[in-house]
Amino acid sequence: MNRDPYLLPNGRVLRYSFHERLIHWMAGISYVYLLLTGLAFWTPWLYWIAAVLGGGTVSRELHPWIGLVFTLAVCFMYSMWGRQMGETPADKGWWAAIGYYIRNQDEKVPSADRFNPGQKLLFWGFFWNGILLLISGLVLWFPQYIPWNLHIVRQIAAFVHAVCFLLTVALFIIHVYMGTAMERGAFGSVIRGDVSQAWANQHHHTWYQQLLRDSAAKR
Amino acid sequence: MSQAATEIVRISGHAGSVPGAGLNREYQVCKLVDTTTCIGCKACEVACLEWNGYPFTETTFDNSYQTMPETAWNYWNLIKFNEHEREDGTPMLLMRKDQCMHCEDPGCLVACPADGAIVQYANGIVDFQEANCIGCGYCMTGCPFNIPKFSPKARKVFKCTLCNDRVSQGLEPACIKACPTGCLHFGTKDDMKELAERRAVQLRSVSGFRDAGVYDPSGVGGTHVIYVLHDAKHPELYGGLPSDPQIPPTVQLWKRPLRWLGNLGILAGVFGVFIHYLRFGPKVVKDDDGERKNSGGTQ
Repeated sequence: MNRDPYLLPNGRVLRYSFHERLIHWMAGISYVYLLLTGLAFWTPWLYWIAAVLGGGTVSRELHPWIGLVFTLAVCFMYSMWGRQMGETPADKGWWAAIGYYIRNQDEKVPSADRFNPGQKLLFWGFFWNGILLLISGLVLWFPQYIPWNLHIVRQIAAFVHAVCFLLTVALFIIHVYMGTAMERGAFGSVIRGDVSQAWANQHHHTWYQQLLRDSAAKR
Repeated sequence: MSQAATEIVRISGHAGSVPGAGLNREYQVCKLVDTTTCIGCKACEVACLEWNGYPFTETTFDNSYQTMPETAWNYWNLIKFNEHEREDGTPMLLMRKDQCMHCEDPGCLVACPADGAIVQYANGIVDFQEANCIGCGYCMTGCPFNIPKFSPKARKVFKCTLCNDRVSQGLEPACIKACPTGCLHFGTKDDMKELAERRAVQLRSVSGFRDAGVYDPSGVGGTHVIYVLHDAKHPELYGGLPSDPQIPPTVQLWKRPLRWLGNLGILAGVFGVFIHYLRFGPKVVKDDDGERKNSGGTQ
């Protein structure tokens, strides 16, 4: 087996393994269900979504279970990406150049490793909000088991759940926009797993150069 | 009440006054519970079960006369007993009929996300429509009185209806009808308030209860169940009646400012990324070979 696992024979670069893609979509699909049913419970203007998804009762029954699926996916993500999402000293420079990144002047942005600091923020944002949503969600799942002298716990849980939901929506909007419209090739990378060499070199220069060095060393 | 719909306000081509005008001067109903004349007989508990068709369930003995620790999804009316010693050493058995208070500003209704699961009638009754209830339990979080209760079997939440079905037909609630001492009264809010205040004055001036008063908490906009208490300064003595009930601050924040802020934020976010695309477009990868080659799959 002298084939490099990342530099594919067809001249493309493997960005996400099958395992990574599977976990990503486990989280993605469960999150979208949670988002839609959550929006239905969030405002009367969107309560119709619950009707489309099988009715309010079904939505209320399934939402916590799908929440557990999402939690499981986040746990998998933590074990598979947690290390790579660690902050590095270079991240500060990237954040300082965020204005250039937003204006698509990428040549003025410090090169990124496998994940750029924006992706790290997305990851940790979903991770910590996920934990808070899980804890508050468990309280909201079984309010009848929280005794009356602890009813402040229910009241705080309802509020925390709403705040964390809004924070994840902010992350989600940016993530979906960047993954589909803004960064061409990114969506393909999380579906089929591969990107072009130029894509890898431009968006994740540090990572790609390391891949090339590793590959050369092995030869 | 339903009669309001058929009460005539104006008549065309009619000389003189409108017949029956002002007959129904007040639609707001109210239950008055005079705790000072309650004997704890629990006839109201039984009447509630009978009228609403719930079976007698097992009681919980807890070294008191109380039937169970708190109301249940199928036990909406419960007399709470408290053995209390006054400052001068006199023992008192405080008894308060606990049930839904039918708040003017109901926390359950504010917290509820399900369209039409909780309604407030013009007469002040707050009623759950179980057909629309999704069983989320947010009403239990919004209520300051610990009244809505979840039924594990129906997976919906239930509570006292103030006998809406009887009241809309001009009858008094079942609990009122059953009370043998006349400690329970039912009528318009104004009348009950006046009766309660008269009773409180009597307790203060004749019976020696200096702190006697009426419980009609303003924190929830007043309630459609009011109490006469011997000691209105310490309502907690009466089975944990809150002294200043309010819709929980977190629920108010969540359902009022946060919801507006959140909706604005979501719209601004979606709109914002769209504007970004119009202004800056996608990130172009330089020297890219453009079309994706036949990758032949990856592992």
